Formats: sequence, C-alpha cells, structure tokens
Amino acid sequence: MGQRVSLFVTCIVDQLFPKIGLAMADVLERLGFEVDFPESQTCCGQPAFNSGYRAEARSVARHFLDTFESSPFIVIPSGSCTAMIAHHFAELFHKEPETLARVHSLEKRVFEFSTFLTQVAGVEDVGARFDDIVTFHDGCHALRELGVRDAPRRLLARVRGLDLRELSPAEECCGFGGTFAVKFSELSGAMVRTKVEAILRTGARTVVSLDPSCLMQIQGALSRAGLNVRTMHLAEILASR
Amino acid sequence: MPSEFHQKAHETLANANLQLAVFTATGRLKDKRSEVVGIGQLPDYQELRTQAHAVKRHAIDNLDHYLELFERNVAARGGRVVYCKDATEVSDFILALAHERGARLIVKSKSMTTEEVDLNERLEHHGLESVETDLGEYILQLAHQRPYHIVAPALHMTRYDVAEVFTRRLHVPNETVIEKQTALARSILRQKFLAADIGISGANFLVADSGAVVIVENEGNARLTTSAPRIHIAVAGIEKVIPRAQDLATFLKLLARSATGQLLSVYTSFLSGPRRPGEIDGPDEFYVLLLDNGRTRLLPDKNKRQSLFCIRCGACLNTCPVYRRIGGHTFPWVYSGPIGAILTPQFMGVQQEPDLPFASSLCGACGEVCPVKIDIPKILLELRSDVKKAETRDKQNRLEKLGFRAFAWLMTHPRLYEMAGKLLRSVGVPSIQAGPLRAWTSQRDLPPLPGRSFREMWRRR
Amino acid sequence: MSRDYILHRVRTALGRSPSQPIPDPPPARIRIPEVSLDARVASLIAQVEALAGVAFETSDPRASIASAIAGKTVIASNSPYLAAWGIASLPGIQSGITGREQLRDACATADIGITSADYALADTGTLVMLSSPAEARMVSLLPPEHIAVVPRDRILTGLDELFSILPNPAAQSSSMVLITGPSRTADIEQILVRGVHGPGRITILVTPG
Repeated sequence: MGQRVSLFVTCIVDQLFPKIGLAMADVLERLGFEVDFPESQTCCGQPAFNSGYRAEARSVARHFLDTFESSPFIVIPSGSCTAMIAHHFAELFHKEPETLARVHSLEKRVFEFSTFLTQVAGVEDVGARFDDIVTFHDGCHALRELGVRDAPRRLLARVRGLDLRELSPAEECCGFGGTFAVKFSELSGAMVRTKVEAILRTGARTVVSLDPSCLMQIQGALSRAGLNVRTMHLAEILASR
Repeated sequence: MPSEFHQKAHETLANANLQLAVFTATGRLKDKRSEVVGIGQLPDYQELRTQAHAVKRHAIDNLDHYLELFERNVAARGGRVVYCKDATEVSDFILALAHERGARLIVKSKSMTTEEVDLNERLEHHGLESVETDLGEYILQLAHQRPYHIVAPALHMTRYDVAEVFTRRLHVPNETVIEKQTALARSILRQKFLAADIGISGANFLVADSGAVVIVENEGNARLTTSAPRIHIAVAGIEKVIPRAQDLATFLKLLARSATGQLLSVYTSFLSGPRRPGEIDGPDEFYVLLLDNGRTRLLPDKNKRQSLFCIRCGACLNTCPVYRRIGGHTFPWVYSGPIGAILTPQFMGVQQEPDLPFASSLCGACGEVCPVKIDIPKILLELRSDVKKAETRDKQNRLEKLGFRAFAWLMTHPRLYEMAGKLLRSVGVPSIQAGPLRAWTSQRDLPPLPGRSFREMWRRR
Repeated sequence: MSRDYILHRVRTALGRSPSQPIPDPPPARIRIPEVSLDARVASLIAQVEALAGVAFETSDPRASIASAIAGKTVIASNSPYLAAWGIASLPGIQSGITGREQLRDACATADIGITSADYALADTGTLVMLSSPAEARMVSLLPPEHIAVVPRDRILTGLDELFSILPNPAAQSSSMVLITGPSRTADIEQILVRGVHGPGRITILVTPG
C-alpha cells in the first residue's frame, strides 16, 4: 500500500475542468500513491478573500481545515489556491491562536502539484509522452508567491516528444486576477491579448500552466481570436502516454 | 455608472498612440532595470533590498527620534527646519519668506511632494514666478498638465506635442528636433537660474545624522536650483528620513538602478546648510520644510506603515501590467502606479477611491521589483478588505456582499454546493448575459461546461 | 505649533513617548571589495567612457589641457592641486576668482570649467567633489564642458569605501556632489540628449599623484 495523498481539486476544476483532476489522480496513482478525495471539499475561499470579504473567506477556510484535518499530503493543481492556503490562511486567523495552530500544521501539508512531484515524490520523469510544440505560462501566484519556476520545466523536459519553447516576454500576468477579469474586463482583455501574441511568437500549439484559472483566461482569448492553439494543465500533459 | 477611474482607463485603453507610448517607454525602463540588477551585475541585490527595508523600518518605527535628530543637525549647520502640517503651511512659509526678502523669481527642481501640495499654483496665485527647471516638468508646466510618471513626467508626450506647447507658450517657431527643443529650454532656464531669488527642491533622502538633504538627478537643474539662488528651500515628506550618511551606500546603489537602469544618476548632491565660511558659492539661507499632509495617518498600522518606505524610483510603475496600459493620468492623485494605488486610499480614505485597490490582478510584479521591499500586494489586499468593511458599515454595495455571503454559505455546505453545480450544468450558461458574465464574454469566450463534475466522475471510477 | 502637533501625531501613532530611547539601528552595510589601484584606474576609465565621457592617465596634465583649451574661454577653480601642476597659470585660463558674482559670471561665459576632485569612484566612473574655498560649485556646473584632474591614489572602489572614509560629509562642506558622466535627459520620447543644464562633455585626467 502506497503513501496516502489527498486531492484538493479546487472548485474550478471540480465544476469546470474535471479532466485536470482525473489526470492528476492518474499521475499520482501511477507513481504508487494511494489517492483519496475528501468529499466535503469545496473551495479555498480565495474569491472572497481577494474581493475583500475576509469574514466570508474565513468560514470557507475553516471548512477547508476541517475537511483536510487528517490528510498527510494535500496535492493541488493550482498555484493560486495553494498560495491562498499556504500564505493567506494565516492572515485570516491571526487573531485566533487555536485555529492559527491548525493552519500552521496545514501549511506544511499542502503542495502545488509540480512541487509535490519533484520535492516529495522526488521524480521528474513520470513516463509521459506528448508530441507537440509546447510553451509554458508561469502563473503569477505559483511564480512569485510559491517560487515555482524550475519544477514544471524539469517535469516537462522529461516528457517524450515534447518541444518546449519559452515565452518572451516571460513572467507576464495573463490578466485573470479573479474578479479583476470581470471588474476590469477591458484591461484583463488587453493583458491576455498580449499573452496570446507572445504565445503565437513561440510557434507553440499547446499552452501549459499550473493554474486552471490562467488556462481558462488564455483559452477564452485563443478561442475568441479563432486560433488553433489549445491550453492544457501540466497534469494533463504528464498523464499523456 | 462607471467611475471616473473606469472612464479614464477606458479612454486610455482606446487611445492607440498613447498605449504604444506608455507601454514602450515603461518597457524600456523595465528592461534597463533588469540589465543592472541581475546576479551577474549586482550579486548583492537581494541583500541590499533587505538592508534597505530594515533601515527604513527602523527609521519609520522611530520617526520622531530621527526627525528631531535631523532638525538639530540642520540647525547645527546653519540651516532651519520648518514643520508643515499641510499644503497651506508650505506655501504660507514660502510666501512670507519671499515677501520678507523681496523675492519675485523662484526656480524649482523636480519634486513630487511639491506637486502634492500644488505649490506652483499657490505661489503664482500670489504673484510669484515659479519656474520648473527639470525638462519634463518644464514642458508640463507650460502645458498645464500633471506628471504622467514618477520619474519620467512627460512620458506621454511626443516631440510634436512638445513643439506645439513651445510654440504656443513661448512664441517660438515650430521646432520638432528634440536636441533643439532641449537647447531652447536650456537657454531659457539658464537665465532663470542665474536671476532667481529662491531655489526650491525636493529631497530623495533626509540624512538625520548629518542634517543633510540628498538630491538625485540627471540634468543638473537641481544642482543649479540649490546653488545659484541665495535661498534654498527643500520640501520633503517626513518619511524621507534615513538615519545615517552611511546608509546611502545602500540606498544609492538601489535607486538609480531601479529607476532607469543607470548605476548612479548623473548628479547626487549631499547638501547641509548654507555655504560655509570661505565657500565662494552656494546659498546664504537653507530651509527644509518637513511635510505631514496625511503621512501621519499611515503610521498607526504596523503593516501598512511600510507604504512610507518608498524612495520614488518608479520601478513598480514600469513593471505593472495595469499601469503600463492605463498610464499616470488615469490615477486620481500625483502618485500613480502600484505605489499610488496603496498611498492614495490611505491618504484620502478608502471610500474616496474604492476602485484603486481592485484595479490590480495581484500579479505581484511590483513587490518583486521594489528596492525597499514594500509588500504592495499584501497592502492592496488589506485595502480591499478596508473598502468592503466601510461599504458594509455604510450599507453600500449590499448585493455584492449578499452574493459573497451566499458564496460562503454554499462553500460550507458541500451537498448544496454540489447541487448548485449540477443545476448550472443542466441549465447551461444563460443566453442573456448580464453583469460579470457579460464582462467576461466582452473580451473572451466562456469555457464549455462539462457534462459531469470531477466528484461525479470520481465516484464512477 | 505645527512642530509639536506633527511630532505628537507621530509619537501617538508609533506608541512612543518624547525622548524615548530607540533600539539599535541595523548596522550600516559597508562592504569594501579588494581591488588593486591599477584595476581601479582601469575601471574608472572604462566606466567614464561607457557614459560617453573621456578619461585617460597622464603624467603631464598641463600639456593635455593646453591642447584642449586652444581658442576657448576657460575658468579653473582655485584648487592648489591645479596650481601645483601649473594648470591654473596656463595662458587663457581665468583662475583665482574669489568673489561670488564674479565667479558666476566667469563660469556663465566660459566654454570649459577645470577642477580637481576629492575622490573618484572606480565602479561607477564617478567624481566626488566637496565644495570649499578652493573648489566652488559653479566651475563644474555652468560651463558646457568639465575637465577634472584627479590623482590616482584618490580613486576609491566605490560608494562603500567613500562612506567609510567619509562617514560625515557634512562636517567637511555644505555640498558634496557625486558626478557620474555628462548631464543628460531622456524626458522627450525617451531619446537621450546630453548637456541639458550641467556640462554635456566631461573629461577626467588621472595623474600619478
């Protein structure tokens, strides 16, 4: 029996991009992990937190704490959700010492997916094959809050048949930003169109990211522009054979 | 009803020429900075940032001590410190002094603080001639415009715009060659420097252990402003204090690199008091006006206090994907970009400009480039919370509050959340799109809805 | 009184009382690299040239300057160092002016201003000039061209060494200026123009001592 890991798929994957969750589970199981899915999971609370509603975010965060109380490892296919839990839960509960203690324990147990593979599972080659020209979009939360830059690239480098091209300019926000995407939709649109231009310059036909929200933003712009480029989550690439 | 901020942002986004100018200019400054702070060029960069943050933290946490120390040392060198609560006290002091000395002509070097207090307008209203001497600021003064960017004030203007302003205001033939425009400004301003009674400057740093004012520039106009007239008045926010001259070894290494990608700006002046006995030139009188104007409002919150660490390099503006597209004039106050977005609500009150903290995708690029490590994204998030608390208290935006309470309720009741998801997938996306849905689809397509949620598929595995 | 009002507001916000002692500040960060004098000279010259200035070593600054000033109006500071090299006494050079207005007029009409410098910084190509009876501010500021004569042993590694040697510049002078290259602006369309208000041409002569 392998090490138990729990999936926190995130509300956006659960409701809009279930295949990402399944791909992540596939990869983990092939590596010998025993994967479970605590059913009471819902959301990390980020939409409320980012919109300034901390009390509401706190109640969602408490529910998260309860759901994952006994999970030794929680793997998440999202940089922004991982950052919310690992960095911002503590801010939410800084006035509640008992809950804060639980948060500090939780912080040690949550992992963004690519970080889990390279640092906990200690693997870079998951036996994947994906024949295509691919470019990688660094989501801002993964990049700047979690410091994730190398892990996804090392994983992609071991995918057979994959030709990885870097975006230039690199490290530019896709313009999603949660409610920013709708509150400042013109700006958000301008930002994602710049991203699309950079993608086209690489010649890539697939855009990969760690964050489903970035993928949703970029895919929405690619489709609107009628371009024949698709977006996929890292998990889906790594699950490909 | 879109706010003024939204309206201005929309207009700037629609102006293709302006878009290109601002995006390109900031891109250049951003790249130039990157070239000189990398591990090969400045291996100590991260350490210097940490040091700068720590020194500023210490100075601001003990601000009263350092203000008094600064004041004593200025006096010891023959200068005088004047504390000013607000814009009126700044202009009142200068007007009184000018009147006493029979001064008519003032030359000014670049100072965002003097913009903040509308100094030129006030002085001119009382019959004084106050001339901006930084080239960009001079052009803006002639054009009656506000600075567009903390470091590059006329970023938004082309040579043709400058030619038009010069012809209209200076009554000179149309000249679009930039070198010639510069030469014209130089010759006009030279006469002003040499005839001026008072020179007014800002200050990048106020050095407490020296009673000195540090001014960083590239043109030489600040040197002339502070050396040619008989009276020098430096106007600076109280937060500009640093403890020691030795701290400049840290700050000066960060400032120019972060601002323009230069190793050092062309001129760094370290000025303490009027000229000493035997010195041939320099001012006979030296004043430092220490301005509050609301800065003390930012001190009580231990975390938000770091907003006052800013050394006005402009790096956050140059890297911000939002600023680079909406520019400086979209912002309501003299400080724009990410630093403006955190300063303005704290100075004015969050309900004055409730949009500002939300006009960000929270990408974090600003925090990454800030030489004094101000955690701008964290403060933006706190300000968002402050806005919503104020709205809740004043019973504004109740629908949105209700929406998020419903969100929280749904997310803490998994079965109801699951049902809501099923409902969404069976009903589909409404063809009448309103509110957030419409905002989304105005710019990009919606993702197709999957037949089943992840949890439904998981159960069937 | 605004002073009391502001200081009171500051203290209240910070939770401090008047004259309350402060904790120790973080030590000033001063790291002086080990760089040979020859390497410093070379670095200074390279940095100045990278800024479109001119810099070279010479054991005969008088001769170098004599050829540079032919046909020009020149003002030299009252630096004993310039006098020792016989520069101040070159034909065509005004020097020894001690009156403020007279000096200003001379500088305003001169093509070239010649000064010494207290120090130079090798890593950035910077001149360090302290104002004094021997060195007035205007000589390096008003004329469109500036020539500085600096002895090589005054070339420091950089800012850290400068502030280590001179932790209290205010004790020496009312003005210390760090000059790094010719005056410039990019305010219009980001196009670089030199010589906006300060000198557009700068030359540094490095002398043996």
